[in-house]
Amino acid sequence: MRNLALIALALTAQPALADRIFVTNERGNSISVLDGDSLEVIHTIDGLQRPRGITASHDGKVIYVCASDDNLVRVYDAATFEELPSLPSGPDPELFVLDPVGDRLFIANEDDNLVTVVDVNTRQVLAEVPVGVEPEGMGVSPDGKIVVNTSETTNMAHMIDTTTYEIVGNILVDGRPRYAEYTPDGQTLFVSAEIGGTVSVIDVPSQTVTHKITFDVPGLLPEALQPVGMRITEDGTKLYVALGPANRVAVIDVASDEVTDYLLVGQRVWQMAFSPDGSRLYTANGNSNDVSVIDTATDTVTESVQVGQQPWGLVVVPTP
Amino acid sequence: MTGWSIAFGGIARRELLRFTRQRERFLAALVRPLVWLFIFAAGFRSVLGVSIVPPYKTYVLYDVYVTPGLCGMILLFAGMQSSLSMVYDRETGAMRSLLVSPYPRWFLLGAKLTAAVLVAVLQVYAFLLIAWFWEVRPPVIGYLTVLPALILSGLMLGALGLLISSGIRQLENFAGVMNFVIFPMFFASSALYPLWRMQESSTLLHDIAAANPFTHAVELVRFALYGQLNPAAAAITLLCLIVFFAATVFMYDPAKGLWRGKKGGA
Repeated sequence: MRNLALIALALTAQPALADRIFVTNERGNSISVLDGDSLEVIHTIDGLQRPRGITASHDGKVIYVCASDDNLVRVYDAATFEELPSLPSGPDPELFVLDPVGDRLFIANEDDNLVTVVDVNTRQVLAEVPVGVEPEGMGVSPDGKIVVNTSETTNMAHMIDTTTYEIVGNILVDGRPRYAEYTPDGQTLFVSAEIGGTVSVIDVPSQTVTHKITFDVPGLLPEALQPVGMRITEDGTKLYVALGPANRVAVIDVASDEVTDYLLVGQRVWQMAFSPDGSRLYTANGNSNDVSVIDTATDTVTESVQVGQQPWGLVVVPTP
Repeated sequence: MTGWSIAFGGIARRELLRFTRQRERFLAALVRPLVWLFIFAAGFRSVLGVSIVPPYKTYVLYDVYVTPGLCGMILLFAGMQSSLSMVYDRETGAMRSLLVSPYPRWFLLGAKLTAAVLVAVLQVYAFLLIAWFWEVRPPVIGYLTVLPALILSGLMLGALGLLISSGIRQLENFAGVMNFVIFPMFFASSALYPLWRMQESSTLLHDIAAANPFTHAVELVRFALYGQLNPAAAAITLLCLIVFFAATVFMYDPAKGLWRGKKGGA
């Protein structure tokens, strides 16, 4: 009887995603937690001031959030949603990146022109690296040796050595760079420029811009095309670029640096996150207060669901 | 029993012949919605706005929204076209040979209606095929589930056409039907804009559109194209079909209806 039940279970069981999606609501001062299957909000974490950047430990058990107006990185248990001791972040943390080992957070302090390095285990500040004006975008090379920070006003990508905490290179890109993303082989770096309306393709060994990807959506003014968040697929073939007020996500073929498609999502699409299996890409849409779901196999938008006020970023972890 | 099928076969064959002999009619029926899809929708691609209306689960471009409305447009024009052919038949005397048939009048009218709808449904599928290449791609199952919705909507609009034809004496008056039936029905419906959009500008227009049978035919098709049933739209469309068809049968009865006491009808 028990075997029968097990067989029935095995037969009926869908390849369940069983993910949890954590969305920071910048104006709602909260985090919405969604079930990846039902796409329903199953929990709301309150009590943060202006949460923006969000990421998870590599095992998916701990959620880190840049609480910009708390001047802290707030930490939560992904299973119980309970708050864990906060991490220092320096003033006005906006976006951060966890190194591949999972020990150190590299945090951009928008107001102080610094990148603060914090050990997540000892909760100590390891270093403060002075960078350009209004640092925002953070990216880490796959080998963890270099962290890239983009400064919105200096219009540069700063390459920071993660052992010496020294800047080893500066690359000039277009206006208001927002985000940096490496290819999985670490040879190419993409930097999005919000005002410039481009994504710079940077050859990492020579630290030179080899190409600039531009965008064109019929019927939209060029100034509405503002590349912000970016995510590259695990196999490194496709790059997704959120185009902010254009309400589109551009799909870029990495081999040719060509835009292959524009996907219609909610208003002012900002940051994005893959599901752990890479089958879905979620987008945070700030002005329509929702999250859109993109099927990455077909590159179609399948659904959009309401979350809190002004969603900014998100992270997806397997359900514990 | 075979007599019934012979009668139906005869009427259906005449309808199909009329259709295959007039290829330009088929093209015209296809070009009309395509012009709307390619030209009109192109200008409005991004204007639909923030709200997600069922059955859509996410934001859609205007050409995706307008496609079910254009399917409805094909059915509406087909319905009016069959009304035109009834008037034509009456003028040329072809209707006389139809109405002397021993079969009941409701059957003869119903056979004519059904045959016309089958032709119209073919036109809709041809349109959906072209729309697919225009990247209007509903789920595959939708192409199957939309069939009953198309038939029901087509029957309803065809019955309306027959009802109108019963009141028209001359072919020339058809232009009037175009102006006073097709255009208001099409524009004051959810075919071009969702109802909430109309409510923003005019509550009266919203109420008119909500009462318009064509709105419910379009919504029935819209939901069915995404594999869903809209029970309210289905019920209203069915009710309108029954009312329009019953009225048609009444009007075409020489002993009652409009023909009573008038000369030179059929």
